[in-house]
Amino acid sequence: MSGAAIVAGFALRESVRRRVFVVVALLTVAFLALYGLGVWRVSREVTEFGDFESGVDPDTVAGATLLGLSMFATLFLGAILAVFLTLNAVRGDAERGLLQPLVVRPLGRGTFLLGRYAAAAGVCMAYTVLVFLASVVITNLFIDWWPDRLLVPALQMAIAVAILAALALGGSVLLSSTANGIAIFMLFGAGLTAGLLGQIGEALNSDTLQDVSQITSWILPFEAHYQNALSEITADTFGFNRYAINLGPFGGAQEFGASLWPYTSLYLTAIASTSLWAFRRRDL
Amino acid sequence: MSAVPDALSVHDLRKRYGANEALKGVDLTVGEGELVGLLGPNGAGKSSLVKIACGLVRPTSGAAAVLGAPAGSHAANTALGYLAELFRFPDWLSADELLHMHQKLAGSRGGAAERRELLELVALGDVPDRRVGHMSKGMQQRLGIAQAMIGDPKLLLLDEPTSALDPAGRRTVRELLETLRGRGVAVLLNSHLLSEVELVCDRVIMIARGEVVAAGTPAELSHAGGVEITTGRGVRQFAQAAREDVPRLVRELVEAGEDVYEVRVVRSSLEDTYLELVGGR
Repeated sequence: MSGAAIVAGFALRESVRRRVFVVVALLTVAFLALYGLGVWRVSREVTEFGDFESGVDPDTVAGATLLGLSMFATLFLGAILAVFLTLNAVRGDAERGLLQPLVVRPLGRGTFLLGRYAAAAGVCMAYTVLVFLASVVITNLFIDWWPDRLLVPALQMAIAVAILAALALGGSVLLSSTANGIAIFMLFGAGLTAGLLGQIGEALNSDTLQDVSQITSWILPFEAHYQNALSEITADTFGFNRYAINLGPFGGAQEFGASLWPYTSLYLTAIASTSLWAFRRRDL
Repeated sequence: MSAVPDALSVHDLRKRYGANEALKGVDLTVGEGELVGLLGPNGAGKSSLVKIACGLVRPTSGAAAVLGAPAGSHAANTALGYLAELFRFPDWLSADELLHMHQKLAGSRGGAAERRELLELVALGDVPDRRVGHMSKGMQQRLGIAQAMIGDPKLLLLDEPTSALDPAGRRTVRELLETLRGRGVAVLLNSHLLSEVELVCDRVIMIARGEVVAAGTPAELSHAGGVEITTGRGVRQFAQAAREDVPRLVRELVEAGEDVYEVRVVRSSLEDTYLELVGGR
């Protein structure tokens, strides 16, 4: 078994033994139950969203809006999981004396980081995809609507939390656990704020606000993937329905094009390289 | 025929933390199968030296090598075992699980037999399934020593291995160190317990303010401290006298009409030498 697989297995076992996944599962069930209740309530009043004479399909508008809200919560839960699985991986564990016995083994610091990242990113990505798909199914149970795309937005939500996990793991090399947690959640908030600025910019027709939103989303590409995922669920929706969706809280979803994928690869490579460089220089 | 490299060799090793120079050009070696004690006050640079040797800390300059391989390299880390001064193991792991994980990380093929043997060696053979979180500090420290011995390392770096142990635990470790010497394992023992170092180590290196201030066998580092003679009038001290002077001194006292009850040749302990050299008073 490779060193990275051993470290990843150890990290996962630690999460299991500490009942991290039990807590996450219970909270997720609670979230999905509340979401289901919300969708059910909306489905009973869905006719108030519009009527067929106006050209607006109330199911489409209600379904897309509710799933968009659920995607926001899913990303937030995925981010929490990503941060808590990685925030003390290096400096926090070193300060507690947990890291040194592992790092003196002949596996290399790069292998250690890779193992920790594989465990955290793997869990968070799987979790995000599952919660997203569960939200889609719950939405369809009560409202006769399916998103226009399923796999791409699921993948992009997963990539978004993988980026957050990489940032949190990289941050753990430099920052104490508390400082790292605060820093990552501030970055997360900055990304979401950029998205909101983009919506406001679009509503006000402000190029400046839209530019700020675009640039921030490229600097924090988890937001770009999230925006893209939002955009994908109504990718084939046009006309009055599109107009009605755009009036909703997530109508400002942006498309970032195919270049987002290679950019994300480069971005993750840069985080990995910088983290490894800093980790190799860190005295433990 | 090529010479066998030292288990640990350190040459002109310097380490600076900001304005503080923790090591100021340290040279030392630990030979194959040698048990060397590293002594010095807090802040002398002992832990920095040990951490550089196992690759946890980068030296500012100089070199450290384990069996000829640069410290921190894959080859060096394969050959050594390390117990940190301040360490923690995950409290949810049992003793056996912890050793199993380290076997995998170290690439050891010793299996259950090696784990059983190591737990027996550190007197934890009857609690392999006990979780770390349910162990006393002393038990955790002994488990730490067992962990360091995974994979049959050629060099053991033990940083304060007996600091949390009771007298019985210390004795267990002392016996363990003697067993290791019998197996040809080199040990660098960083400890504040001078009496133990004196009892088990082949050689002692004293460090103060980042420099080696003395090195030698415990006997070499102890020196004559005079002669004490108990007579009917009390204890008489002859600070400059040595063992050879005892017959003459006794004869002179008897001739002077004193009754001699006891004669003791005083040797300074390692502790006296230590305090003298590092100014610990």
